[in-house]
Amino acid sequence: MPMEDKKRAAYRALEDRVRSGEGRASPEQRARAFRGSGLGQPLDGLLGKVAVRPAQVTDEDFAAARAAGFSDDELFELVICAAVGWSARLYDAGLAALAEAIAGEEAGNAP
Amino acid sequence: MRLDVLNHGYSPGTKLLFALIRLFSRQPVPDAAKLVFYRPDFYGSRAKDFTHEAMRGPSAWSVGDRELMAAYVSMVNESAFCIGAHSATATQAYQDRAKVQAVLADLESAPVEDGLRATLRMLGRLTRDGKAEAEDMRQLISAGVSRQQVEDALAVCAAFNTTGRLADSFGFEVLSPEGFEAGARYLLRRGYR
Repeated sequence: MPMEDKKRAAYRALEDRVRSGEGRASPEQRARAFRGSGLGQPLDGLLGKVAVRPAQVTDEDFAAARAAGFSDDELFELVICAAVGWSARLYDAGLAALAEAIAGEEAGNAP
Repeated sequence: MRLDVLNHGYSPGTKLLFALIRLFSRQPVPDAAKLVFYRPDFYGSRAKDFTHEAMRGPSAWSVGDRELMAAYVSMVNESAFCIGAHSATATQAYQDRAKVQAVLADLESAPVEDGLRATLRMLGRLTRDGKAEAEDMRQLISAGVSRQQVEDALAVCAAFNTTGRLADSFGFEVLSPEGFEAGARYLLRRGYR
């Protein structure tokens, strides 16, 4: 693997911080939010929308999460983990496709 | 915003800063700015570092190109706040409103270079479908886009997939055109730090 570029490294620092650093939600809850499931309802419903259809998140989604006992600070963290986790997977999918294309070009150009 | 802490949970110093921003810009403080000031050690500090590097760090893409990518990714995500903010910033950076509007209306017929068009097409597909194929990347390379440019575009894509998701999930208030113009002037002068 080539050395990670400065931009990817900066995003990695954000990922590591939100998933594993100090927070009000437990690291395990944040890791599940980052992966996009495993927190049960209603959280999985809210976080699934954050990842896939964020424009459809509603006040009711947050009300249901609060009613299930999550504080504003925990929801702040878990929503961020879901958004960063989804975006990190997009970023990696793009970089992997690029690496595959370049490997193919280099193989094709070999004498 | 949907979380009360994001509306009111700021220190007196931060509240004073917000008051100064309102005073000097004569516009409300954008929710995007408030978000990065809430518990900045959790999200805001690193998010700003990354976004600034992606949008203003060294790149063969111009600032206008990167702001246009941000607007385009936001359009695919239907993120009203981010479309408004970054189409205004791209317009000011290029000094060309028609070009930005043309890309957002119909990428294939818009008056942009083939490399930029192919890059926007790839970012749109990655954002919409959540996946990328090596073939998409081969097309970019044949259109003359360098490996580093693809990596730089993917960084912009990651930044605005993150910000757009938070804007819509937390319910950022969409600004007036004047509010977005003022925000764009700030982003071109100071960047994202």
